[in-house]
Amino acid sequence: MNDIAIRVEHLSKQYRIGGKRERYKTLRDTLAEAFMAPFRRASKLLRGQATGAAELDETIWALKDVSFEIKRGEVVGIIGRNGAGKSTLLKILSRITEPTSGFAEVRGRVGSLLEVGTGFHPELTGRENIYLNGAILGMKRVEIDRKFDEIVAFAEVEKFIDTPVKHYSSGMYLRLAFAVAAHLEPEILLVDEVLAVGDAHFQKKCLNKMQNVGREGRTVLFISHNMHAITRLCERAILLDEGKLLMNGPSQQVVSVYLNSGYGTKAEREWPDPSKAPGAEVARLRAVRVKTEDGRVTDVIDIRQPVRIEMEYEVLKSGYVLLPHYQFYNEEGLEIFPSIDNDPTWRRRPRPKGRYVSTVWIPGNLLAEGKIFVEPALITLNPVMLQFCERNAVAFQVTDTLEGDSARGDWLGRMGGIINPFLKWDTQFNSNKHKSVENINISKSRK
Amino acid sequence: MKFKNDRLLNIQSISYDIPVIRVEPSKGWVPLKLKELWEYRELLYFLTWRDIKVRYKQTVLGAAWAIIQPFFTMVVFSLFFGRLAKIPSDGVPYPIFSYAALVPWAFFANGLNKASNSLVGNANLIKKVYFPRLAMPIAAVFSGIVDFVLAFIVLFGMMLYFGIVPTINVIWLPFLLMLALITSLGVALWLSAMNVQFRDVRYIIPFLTQFWLFATPIAYPSSLLSEPWRTIYGINPMVGVVEGFRWALLGTETSPGPIIIVSSLVALALLIGGAFYFRRMEKTFADVV
Repeated sequence: MNDIAIRVEHLSKQYRIGGKRERYKTLRDTLAEAFMAPFRRASKLLRGQATGAAELDETIWALKDVSFEIKRGEVVGIIGRNGAGKSTLLKILSRITEPTSGFAEVRGRVGSLLEVGTGFHPELTGRENIYLNGAILGMKRVEIDRKFDEIVAFAEVEKFIDTPVKHYSSGMYLRLAFAVAAHLEPEILLVDEVLAVGDAHFQKKCLNKMQNVGREGRTVLFISHNMHAITRLCERAILLDEGKLLMNGPSQQVVSVYLNSGYGTKAEREWPDPSKAPGAEVARLRAVRVKTEDGRVTDVIDIRQPVRIEMEYEVLKSGYVLLPHYQFYNEEGLEIFPSIDNDPTWRRRPRPKGRYVSTVWIPGNLLAEGKIFVEPALITLNPVMLQFCERNAVAFQVTDTLEGDSARGDWLGRMGGIINPFLKWDTQFNSNKHKSVENINISKSRK
Repeated sequence: MKFKNDRLLNIQSISYDIPVIRVEPSKGWVPLKLKELWEYRELLYFLTWRDIKVRYKQTVLGAAWAIIQPFFTMVVFSLFFGRLAKIPSDGVPYPIFSYAALVPWAFFANGLNKASNSLVGNANLIKKVYFPRLAMPIAAVFSGIVDFVLAFIVLFGMMLYFGIVPTINVIWLPFLLMLALITSLGVALWLSAMNVQFRDVRYIIPFLTQFWLFATPIAYPSSLLSEPWRTIYGINPMVGVVEGFRWALLGTETSPGPIIIVSSLVALALLIGGAFYFRRMEKTFADVV
């Protein structure tokens, strides 16, 4: 019994999210709503109910009935796609937020590293921020005194320790923040993706530090999207999906299941049974496929290659002008862009009954690395009626290359952005101008 | 093993004590956990210290602001209420009459304002780190003490100028300052917790302090009222604070004893009610803020 550090039983967490506004509302309704809402909210507030500022109808389960145990000294990875409930789990274990039902028992002092640099104040110096941040993370003052030099050395900011951190480069800032957090000595350490900071050299240092923490017999719970780090640091991993615990076992196995699952969305989807196919009275979706340039169905696309997406649908009633379109989302659920059919053959032409395949071509060197989710949809014009709209019908993975001919060029670090187009660059070089700039610099420095 | 609702317990293990934290949903009113707050006193100290340190960064006048605000209000009050409206001032010169009230008032109003916005202003911290949330508004109010001391030094100078010798009652000043602090914190606990969900609070605070300023005998003496109304006036805890300051420092004749008792009771009620309300709402902070 005593060698269990964390016990989680039937843990669930429900979030209320603002419900989507109904579209057709009369002005009178809107006014009445606007007038009554503050009173309703005020009465809820006084009764002490959890309320958001928005309407409170819709709820989601960020965690649903999750149970597991972690032994003292174990290093366990938590993996899953975005929104799977990983961060929620750590937030509950570190007591930042309460579960809706179930409970967790945590034995030992908990240190959580949910984000580096929380509580850093830009106006304060590095030295002051070490003390402030240490106190926020739960360190005692004497403890910080004792480790101060070690922290500064780890962060490699000795020269700037009495400079306000607002003058730090982002790298220095992150290094200092991680250094403070890494020198916490709790029995249980909860870590959320903090290794994704800094340059390669510092990342390696962080990984080593984490590994040592595990060796010292402390329990570590570690969220990461870096599968390499998970398999290297953790003996065991837990896979979460949509708030549920899918798998709990040796990290190698769990990681491979996760990587092969493709998040449950494939590159091809068909609805052989027309009665179950999404659609309305005019049209019905029958299949969606992701294909390479040469027509192979694929779920992995090289970032430089074009990809084509087909939707196959059946038109049940003649005489309507149709508008097939797609919406593309990334892993975070952000809409990357929509695309609407502009094929001149059928533009503004009522279509006869039958089967159609509408294909969109996405050029290479446009999408960003990562999973792309496709939402095919179709509406009729005159009147406008939605026929189908299938969220996450298919998905595919865009993989980047390190050959230097994609948007990232020779940069090996993280690429941000929703799209990564490969754009034209040029450089003008004028050796005379360069010299004059140099002269100015010299004259300045002489002053 | 069953433990009581989110309480920190020590259980004996083979070699050393391991605190067991049970995380589970809480219902209704929850204990204040003052013991835990005490354990986090260092954090409280650092948060207060940060607020003080950062307050006047990148300002030209710096800490002078702590004096300018009450001092110039005093000048304006002396001109309009003292000179033009000829409002009585309990037998002491009007400028020092109003300034002695404005010093604790500024402490109260600034503390209220900062503490009420403390949770929203530190949303990032609340979403990422666990600590007793009560530390946030408490630190915000505490950090105002430095400003108070600065403004108080000016008050002292003015007393020298007007040749006023403080009475022996000056020993009550720490208690009166405490009363201002409790009032400020008590109201701020309510407002800061509400502010998390309803940012309307942010817009209410300037109004509230403005009305409250005139509902407190700062520009005028409470001796304008006759008993028992004067004592009942003490329901506004700042009446007790302000009258107490004048009584202790300037030796104004009317002893504010009954007022201060009423004020203290109301302030305590505000604080205790606020603390429980705050703790009750606390579970929603990280999700909503």
